[in-house]
Amino acid sequence: MQNLSERLGTLVRLLRGLLLRLLADLRGALPKMLPQVVAILLAFLVGAVVLAVTGYSPLDAYGAMLFGAFGDASGLGQTFTQATPIIFTALAFLFAYKCGLFNIGAEGQFLVGAFAAALVGISFGGLPAFVHIPLSLLGGVVAGAFWGFVPAILKARLGTHEVITTMMLSYVALYVTGYFVNYPFKEPGGWTAQTVVISPSAELPRILEPTQLSASIFVALLLAGLTYYTLQRTTIGYEIRAIGLNPSAAEAGGISVGKGIILALVISGAMAGLGGAGEVLGVHRRFIEGFSPGYGWDGLAVALVGGLNPVGILLASVLFGALRSGGMTMTRVSHVPLDIATILQALVILFVAAPKLVQYLMKRGRSKR
Amino acid sequence: MRAIRKKFVDVVANDKIDFTVEKGEIHGLLGENGAGKTVLMNILYGLYRADEGKILIDGKEAEIDGPNAAIKLGIGMVHQHFMVVPSLTVAENIVLGNEPTRNKVLLDTKKIMKDVKEFCDRYKLEVDLKAPIHVLPVGVQQRVEILKALYRGANILILDEPTSVLTPQEAQELFKAIRALREQGKTVIFISHKLNEVMAVCDRITVLRKGKVVGTVKASETNVNELATMMVGREVSFTFKKTRPATKKTVLRVEDLKAFDDRNLPAIKGVSFEVHAYEILGVAGVEGNGQTELVETLTGLRRVATGKISLLDMDVTRAPPHERIEQGASCVPEDRHKRGLIMEFSVMENIILGSHDRPPFAKNLVRLDIDEASNYAEKLIQEFSIKTPSKDAPAQHLSGGTQQRVVLAREFSRNPKLIIACQPTRGLDVGATEYVRSKLVDMRNNGCAVLLISADLDEIWALSDRIAVIYEGRIVAVKDPEKTSESELGLLMAGAKSE
Repeated sequence: MQNLSERLGTLVRLLRGLLLRLLADLRGALPKMLPQVVAILLAFLVGAVVLAVTGYSPLDAYGAMLFGAFGDASGLGQTFTQATPIIFTALAFLFAYKCGLFNIGAEGQFLVGAFAAALVGISFGGLPAFVHIPLSLLGGVVAGAFWGFVPAILKARLGTHEVITTMMLSYVALYVTGYFVNYPFKEPGGWTAQTVVISPSAELPRILEPTQLSASIFVALLLAGLTYYTLQRTTIGYEIRAIGLNPSAAEAGGISVGKGIILALVISGAMAGLGGAGEVLGVHRRFIEGFSPGYGWDGLAVALVGGLNPVGILLASVLFGALRSGGMTMTRVSHVPLDIATILQALVILFVAAPKLVQYLMKRGRSKR
Repeated sequence: MRAIRKKFVDVVANDKIDFTVEKGEIHGLLGENGAGKTVLMNILYGLYRADEGKILIDGKEAEIDGPNAAIKLGIGMVHQHFMVVPSLTVAENIVLGNEPTRNKVLLDTKKIMKDVKEFCDRYKLEVDLKAPIHVLPVGVQQRVEILKALYRGANILILDEPTSVLTPQEAQELFKAIRALREQGKTVIFISHKLNEVMAVCDRITVLRKGKVVGTVKASETNVNELATMMVGREVSFTFKKTRPATKKTVLRVEDLKAFDDRNLPAIKGVSFEVHAYEILGVAGVEGNGQTELVETLTGLRRVATGKISLLDMDVTRAPPHERIEQGASCVPEDRHKRGLIMEFSVMENIILGSHDRPPFAKNLVRLDIDEASNYAEKLIQEFSIKTPSKDAPAQHLSGGTQQRVVLAREFSRNPKLIIACQPTRGLDVGATEYVRSKLVDMRNNGCAVLLISADLDEIWALSDRIAVIYEGRIVAVKDPEKTSESELGLLMAGAKSE
């Protein structure tokens, strides 16, 4: 009994230590995210001009958007439902990026992960949920990891550039899953290109009925923490960061660059695949052709908007989710076209991608004061 | 320049500096890194504005608010990093900004060639005018920079650490060119932290320390030791005490080693040697004779074509770098920015590089014990007097000498049996150089085998127990320092004599 309480005490101390460190690191990271915040504000400013010019009231439109995204339970649910898959793909991009790799194929890894999870979820019907859910998620992880392994081995062995291979494999994934869901795995007798629903034992529970928000968001949060821990507090993360910053020095320090590249891309793919699996098991409960509106591509943008750190990614994912869900409400209430939300999203990316401009504006602001 | 003062945030880079250069002299500006030499010259060239003080050119007060104003006043500057357009030819680079044209639009190529040719002849600076810059060696690129400044009408030429990128031979060529400029009545300000250089080429020398002028002396009336003392502020020793070893244990044995360079040409053509415990084997040679490739094959970064490398009787010919590190090999690489440090990493993260995957830093296979690493880093920061605001400061914020201390701390503290040091003091100031050399001798006296590869013959001379000479990928001789001379080594390095 005493032994147990002692162990609990150690655990609590460990957790508290980790939390304090995380907070300390955050305090260092937050000022660095100021340019992102300025970029977002600028985007909304320019968006307001666009609204005013096209004859809508910016205040009404933004009000409707804000209410739609955060105003009630259904809006919140919708926002976080939209944010969840982007968290996965953004973390996936981040992880490879830290190794100096541009994995722009998260979309493909996401899709194969989703499809594999659907297959596992449809099969093995008799299993208990606590086995079937992890197994289906694992299916997504393995498929995504494989989709990351192919460009990884090509890069490590032959020097093929990962931007080309990951992007091309995204299309392969899109068409292969498209073929599967139209022919061999199509729901018998159905009209749409989709699989049959997964077995109830593989369903990730919904946590805010009637919205589609599922327990997948907890997996996403856990993954964000794990990503941070892996990068900062493990030898694997240390090696991956070393390779990303200076492969020559890493190599001289005894780190195998090839192994690091393979590991980083495989883990990155696995993360995107896990996101796809969460989407199928939690939201759609089946694989539907074209269910992803480009979550993989959004992930890339969100990782950049989030300042390439896990906490920033969580915040930026919520922003993008809010733009999606709030945009729908805005269209319904104030008849502003949904395209405005897309324009806003594009503006945010544009301003974040133009750090020089934002820095210049911030500098001028400071010198005026 | 009178009472020049310049402050950066909270550092006074130039503190009431008086600096006078006579017409037609070569004036050395000597000081350690961070003494304020470059800042002072950037003020003269208009890149910075002085907070206080004034500048007089030919007795008249001058307002220099930018490089264009400086150029108009006949001041030219050649920076450490060249500002040439690599794809243009030599002639095109020289006239860049003042291109002779026909009808204001078309380049007058004939006139360009003629002008530049005349010009080069006048100053006796020879270059192939039609060659594109990027194919030329750095020494020639630098000459193009000097010509460019002269073409713009410079009478006062500022050279910022001009030899830092040159081989000893190229440096000699540069000195000749500088002297020729003096004959033409030009004034040259020569910025350097290398004592022998300023002694060799300058008429007068002004020494700066910590932003203040220590004094101005005639080169003919001073010596290297006096200058070093002025520069560092204390006596500097150039000789080191060595204890004689009792044993003769072979640590590194290299047998008939052959390897290729990046262009797949033979770079090391059958090299054999041994390094023993309690010994520094100096490898002298002009850069580019296979030294870089030799170090890379020894550390496992370059594939061995044929031959054998044994480290403490273990065959490591094909072993990856981390196995060699485990076997006791440490390396101070020649390019600390490329191979030695991860500039964005903190001091602590750099200090554990290479040991990060082993206890005490790695726990349970993958967990990195930050506390353990922090303690270790703090200890080494103390031990090696690393001047850093904290263990978490990124390496890129440290000075060159401090960065090298981080490398030394890491490489010397994991109990190495063999240290491979390649150009370990390149780019360092006198104080840092002395520190690095004394540490190498300490390691040797503690039983390490040290392979010192250096293009600096003084360094080889001061430290080595035996001296090997490398020329075109071969060890052409191994000498006992007491039974050879500098001129003999010089000839061997130039490939003139071989046994």
